[in-house]
Order: sequence, then structure tokens, then C-alpha cells
Amino acid sequence: MRAVENALGITIPDNARIIRNLITGIQYVQDHVIHFYHLHALDWVDIVGALKADPAKTSLLAQSISDWPKSSASYFKGVQSKVKALVDSGQLGIFSNAYWGHPAYKLPPEANLMAVAHYLEALDWQRDVIKIQTLLGAKNPHAQTYLVGGMSIPVDPNSQNALNAGSIAFISGLSKKAHEFVEKVYIPDLLAVASFYKEWAGYGGGVGNFLACGEFPNDNETNTANLWLPRGIIKNKDLSKVHPVDHTKIMEYVTHSWYEYKEGDGKAKHPWDGETNYKYSGPKPPYEFLDTNKKYSWLKAPRYEEMPMEVGPLARMLVAYGSGHKRVKEVVDSVLKKLGVGPEALFSTLGRVAARGIETLVTAEMLPVWLDQLAAGMKKGDLRIHNGSKWEPSTWPKEAKGFGFHEAPRGALGHWILIKDKKIANYQCVVPSTWNGSPRDAKGQKGPYEAALIGTPVADINKPVEILRTVHSFDPCMACAVHVVDAAGKELTKIRIV
Amino acid sequence: MKEDSLLSSLSKRGVSRREFMKFCSAMAATLALPSGFATQIAEALEKKQKPYAVWLEFQDCAGDTESMLRATKPTITEIVLDVISLEYHETIMAAAGKQAEKSLMDVVKNHKGKYFAIVEGAIPKKDGGVYCTIGGRTALDIATEVCGNALVTLAVGSCSSWGGIPSAKPNPTGAVSVKEAVPGITVVNLPGCPMNVENVTATIVHYLTFGTLPPLDSRNRPYFAHGKRIHDNCERRAHYDAGQFVRQWGDDGHRKGWCLYEMGCKGPEAHFNCPTIKWNEGTSWPVQGGHGCIACAADNNWDLMSPFYKRLPKVPGFGVEKTADKIGVGIAAAAAAGVAAHAIAGASKKKESKEQEKV
Repeated sequence: MRAVENALGITIPDNARIIRNLITGIQYVQDHVIHFYHLHALDWVDIVGALKADPAKTSLLAQSISDWPKSSASYFKGVQSKVKALVDSGQLGIFSNAYWGHPAYKLPPEANLMAVAHYLEALDWQRDVIKIQTLLGAKNPHAQTYLVGGMSIPVDPNSQNALNAGSIAFISGLSKKAHEFVEKVYIPDLLAVASFYKEWAGYGGGVGNFLACGEFPNDNETNTANLWLPRGIIKNKDLSKVHPVDHTKIMEYVTHSWYEYKEGDGKAKHPWDGETNYKYSGPKPPYEFLDTNKKYSWLKAPRYEEMPMEVGPLARMLVAYGSGHKRVKEVVDSVLKKLGVGPEALFSTLGRVAARGIETLVTAEMLPVWLDQLAAGMKKGDLRIHNGSKWEPSTWPKEAKGFGFHEAPRGALGHWILIKDKKIANYQCVVPSTWNGSPRDAKGQKGPYEAALIGTPVADINKPVEILRTVHSFDPCMACAVHVVDAAGKELTKIRIV
Repeated sequence: MKEDSLLSSLSKRGVSRREFMKFCSAMAATLALPSGFATQIAEALEKKQKPYAVWLEFQDCAGDTESMLRATKPTITEIVLDVISLEYHETIMAAAGKQAEKSLMDVVKNHKGKYFAIVEGAIPKKDGGVYCTIGGRTALDIATEVCGNALVTLAVGSCSSWGGIPSAKPNPTGAVSVKEAVPGITVVNLPGCPMNVENVTATIVHYLTFGTLPPLDSRNRPYFAHGKRIHDNCERRAHYDAGQFVRQWGDDGHRKGWCLYEMGCKGPEAHFNCPTIKWNEGTSWPVQGGHGCIACAADNNWDLMSPFYKRLPKVPGFGVEKTADKIGVGIAAAAAAGVAAHAIAGASKKKESKEQEKV
């Protein structure tokens, strides 16, 4: 959408920009909570360990960290009996065959029980709060109201078929519910769990370079200087300097990827000149191992000024922190203080997990702000949702090219488009998991996942929960796979990230 | 392993008989059954043990998985704890790597012919299937074994039902549907992008209740979900019949909820129950959100239903009295006048004659 709008020089109306901010905002909040509780927590929380908890002590623990009302001893007893019924049934379902009882699990039974209770609560909560996106995007998943030039959801206080005062009230109620859960459940849980795993502030650092393309335009989509979460680059863990982003410096290698470039695989290409000539040269399936000295991935290797970059909530929070973003700085500093660690702890697995929580909180705080902007525009009589000046292809130039950036929950996403004779001549995407899961480049430089795993202690190589902790902390796209390599570069085992 | 009935499992979790009956009534409604069937569903669920299920993801975006997390009747918590024993699901299961693959193979071995295989995503067949491998095995290999030994395979979403986006021209990886990849198996296609989870849970509950699959059409889709066109039940149908069409995004008719046919809506060609069950507990659906239907549940909609913003050339039985073109010109002129009168900036000045030529 933004790539085409950029190519054709379209500025979208304020209402469309604000609606997009709200859709992306609630997506961050809901997605990050699902990631923490349902895709990542069980690397830190032992569900079976919750059976040993004393519900009364769990209640005291919960009440000591939050005033969330669901915290009585009888409530936790009820949750515990659910877990017991499940374990006794012998049909563990999605909890089968996990690493329960592994020595790397460090939480006391009461903390395990509290986290399991919130795992279940979050499942119900997420289904409800995402209705903000359903109202503005028509359905979830896969919102369908995006148009080149704006949005298709009409705005009209005097219509029952458009966003009106009732819609504002509906969104307002859900955004309060979203914020309350994040503030009173997610953040306290995050801090409680992190306090038992502080050594993870020393593992999983990765490449140390961070790219954020920024998100949530404050005024005009084409004005990249005025984003609520700023655009920028941190190099070599140096928070004192935030470098500007120049999209022309993004290049992709295919040296270790199952593609080939016409002019050879040694040189990188900018996405506007990008090629996707796939050529598989790996082992014939079924296979056990991949050889990292050869081509070994379907991902290309994106680099910025020849450097691998980490993207995602940690990159966004670091760039905001380094840029002096007031609210982000406040929350980051308060989290660091509560955990008793310095900013250097951010460059780690634990830092990645914490940054996601921090981002969720500050984004949830913004939902009512954007909603007020929408209501204020409606009050003034601004009902525009779409700029149709370039809707008809007959209005387009013979050739056009553009690029669009978006910060997806898991990180920076870029699309590049080349339009010729009213058709797409080339289209390339550089997505968050390509940055983070990137294979090596022509110089042999490792991507963020690979680099982050170096030095991770693994107690039992057959049950590498420690590896999961670091890889999951990136929120990898589930369509990706990783290859576990020891310090000597010898591949040990291949893990499907689940 | 000890098997458990649904109701006893629910009561252990503090779900009352009353709440259970409410759920059964909701199921009967989704399945378009008379309300008396709620009791029959309840009786069946009380007796049945939790069936085993595995969920496979191939060339997918996890959109159907996300959709599953939005389930309301029953909720996702109830599904994974009470309705089915979901032993394998890459995205939400706790286990990983070898332990995860063991969970999958345990079901195939120990419950052969008795489990549900739920498949999300297309399966690439070109070049021996190298374009999608999990743990070194191809999607084709895994699907052949897992779906081939299942009681029934549910293809959730358009990618596993038809091939979806991966199979759109030029289909570089030779992506096909589950039915094409593993011929001869029993498949229920539950297309949509993503699938609407209520249709998936309703299909499973139908099986548990009646011991049979719901009636399927010639494309293996349940009639209850795909028996009617979007157009038949559309909330904007009256505007279609009256010749009241949206001509520009945000115009007067758009804000009043007029028909989106002229904006490219594929509702007249799409068979899906969106207008009836909507999305996310009835919160909205694409036409309610002011956007035309893109026939996301139709076979090969990316090639056959695009361009999405050009109107369908001919709709059988179209119009009550006049053609769209004749009606459209009058309405557009009126809408343009309305726009000018309200001095709303930014509205484009589309030429009606041009619009008609491009159909």
C-alpha cells in the first residue's frame, strides 16, 4: 500500500492515517501479549510445576505485584484443578512432550501457577480486544479495508453504516480493557518472571546493530520525520548516536540462499534491482542436516551498509530511547531500575523480551490518543477517508517506482515496487524474519538469530529449551526454520521453531 | 490412555450444565439446524471421548491459526482443553524439535484412522517438494503419511482447500490443495482467507454429534457454510435491487451503506456465510466495513476474481428494472452534486463514460 502510494505520490487523508494507526496499534498490543503468554512463556514457565503451588501463597504473590482483581486463593485453586484435570486425563494436547521438569526452569511453583492462570486469561482477552481491528478493518485476521490512497471504512457521525459515535465508544471501551490487562497483568508478570532469569541479560545479544523504520505517523504518511516511534539505526550497541535510515543502502545477498543472481552471487542487490531466481541446491529430502558452508536457506541475507541488522520491538525501543523519546525513556528506565540492571542489559534475550512488553504498554497508552484524534476530525466535519486522485490507472505515469516501510509487530518491513505501463514490473519485500533469520552473506557474517545463539549454555542438548528462549525472543515468523550451530561452526541439530 | 467425556471434562473446569447447553444451541445455530438439535448435540458430546487431532502448517501465513485463536463457540481454551485433544500444532504447542515431531508420529501410530488431520497451507509438488520442508521432510511426504492415516482431513483456509496465494499464477512451486496432493482421502474443504473458525468448530461438532460429516457440495465444502451466495444474504441487497450504488470511496452512498457492486464487490459470485455469521462474534465483515467481497473463499480467486476493484461483467438476474450502467450514471451524477454541495475536498472527478468502457 505505502509502496504504491509512494510511487504515485499519493497523500492519504488524516482519517485514513489515524485509522491505520489504530489498527496497527491494537495489532501490536494483542500480538505481543499472545507472543509473551502463548508462544514464549512456556520456555520460562513450567506448567506441570504449577501443580505443586500453594494457591494461598500464589494469591499473596499476585496481590504483591498487582491490584488485578482475579487474585484470590480460590481463583488460583480453580486454575490449579484445571491443570490437574488435564494432566490426570493423560490427554495433554498442546502441552504434550514439552520439557516440563527441565533444570533450566527456575520459577517457584507459585509463579508458575500465576503465569498459567494469566496464560488462560490472555486467551480470552485477546479475542475480545482485537475487535477494534474488526470494526476498523472489517475482519480479523486479515483486515480488508486498506486501499491505495486510504481506507474503505466510511466515517460519518450521522450514519449507521459508517464509523460514528457508537463506534468511538466501542473502541474506547476495548482500548481501556487492552491497557488495563497490559498494565496490571502483562507488565507485572514480565517483571516477576524476569527477576528469576536475570542471567539471561547476559545471553542472546546478537549482532548489536538495530534498524527501525519507524511507525505511527503523527501528521502525514509521506513525512517520515514525524513518526510517533522514530526511524533510525543503532550501530554496534552505541545508544549515544542514532543514525538516519537511507533505504538505498539496503542490499540483499544470496550467497548462502537458494537463489542466484544473473551477475553472480558475490554481490548484493538493492530491492529495486532485486531478482528472485530460485534454484534449490540443498540435500534431497528427507535430510538431517544442512551445510552452512553452502547455500542453506530460502531467506536472502539483507544488509545495511554491509552490516546485519536486528529488527523488532527491541530495535524500535532502542532507537526511540536513543532518540530521546520521552515516554519510552521513562518506561525503559523504570523497568531497568526495577530489575536492578543498566542499559547494557537491553542487548540480550531478556532485553528483547522486556522491550516487547515496554512497547506494548506505551502503545496501549496511545490508543485513546489516536481515537480522540479521529473523533476530533469527525466533529470538525472531516469525513474524508480516501484520496482517489490516482485511483484510475489512466492517471499514472508511464513509469514509477516507490518504496514503503511498515513496522510489523515483529519488526521492520519494506516493500519496493517498480511500475511500468500500469503493471507491476518488479516487486520485492524485505520482511522482519529475513533480517533476523538471515543466513550468512558473502563475507560470512552471521545474521541475528545465528549470532545471538553463540555462547548460549545448553544443559541438555536433546532438550535445548535455552535455544528456544533466544530464538523465540525474536518472535520468528512461523514459516521459518533455524539451524543450530556450535561455536566451531559445526551443525548440531536442526530445530523447527514451534 | 484414559478417555474423558466432554461434559465431565467441562464440569471439572467449572463449566455449568447451563453454559454447556448454551454452547450446544450456538452450535446448532451455526450448523443451521433446528433448535431441538441442541439436545442431540449435547447428548452426543457427553458420550464422546475427546477425539485426537493434529494441525499441520505448510505454505501458509498462520492466518488460519490466528483465526482459530478467535474461536468463540466454543472458545479456543475450550477447544484445546475440552473438545479435542490437539496433540500437534507448530505455532501454539509447547514442545519443539524432535519432541514435537514425536507427538505427531505418536498420534499417527497409536490412533490410526481415528484422528482429525487439520491442514493449513498449500503443498508444493514441483521438484520433489523441496519448496516446503519441516525437519528435513517435505510437506508432501508429511501430508501423505498424516492425512493418509487420518479419519478425515479438514483443509482449513483457501490455501489448503484450493492452493490459494501460493498457487496463483505463475505458481512457481507447483502448489496444490491437500485433495490434489493426497488423492483418495476424505477431505472437507473449509476455505476462506482465513477460514472462519466457527465453520471449523461446527464441522467437528457435527461429526461428534451425528457420526457423519455435514452434507458437502461437489467441491467438498459444507453446504451450511457455502450453500448460499454472499449476495443472497447481503445486508446491502436492498440497495442493489434499488439501483443505489457506491461510486467513489467515501461518497454519500458509501457513507449510507449502499451497494458496493460498482466498486468491484464479488458477492454475487461468492459462496460463503460471511453475512450471516460475520467475524469476531458478529462484529463486522468486509461489506459492512465498506469494502467489496474479494471472494476469498472461492477457488483461485486471485486469478479468476481479480481485478478486485472492477465490477463483475454480468450478474445473472441482475437488476430489477434497469441495467447498472443506466442506473449508475444517474446516481453518480447525483452523488457528484452532493459532494460539491458539501464542499468536501479530495473527491476525485471520475468520468462515468470512462468507467463504463473499462468493465
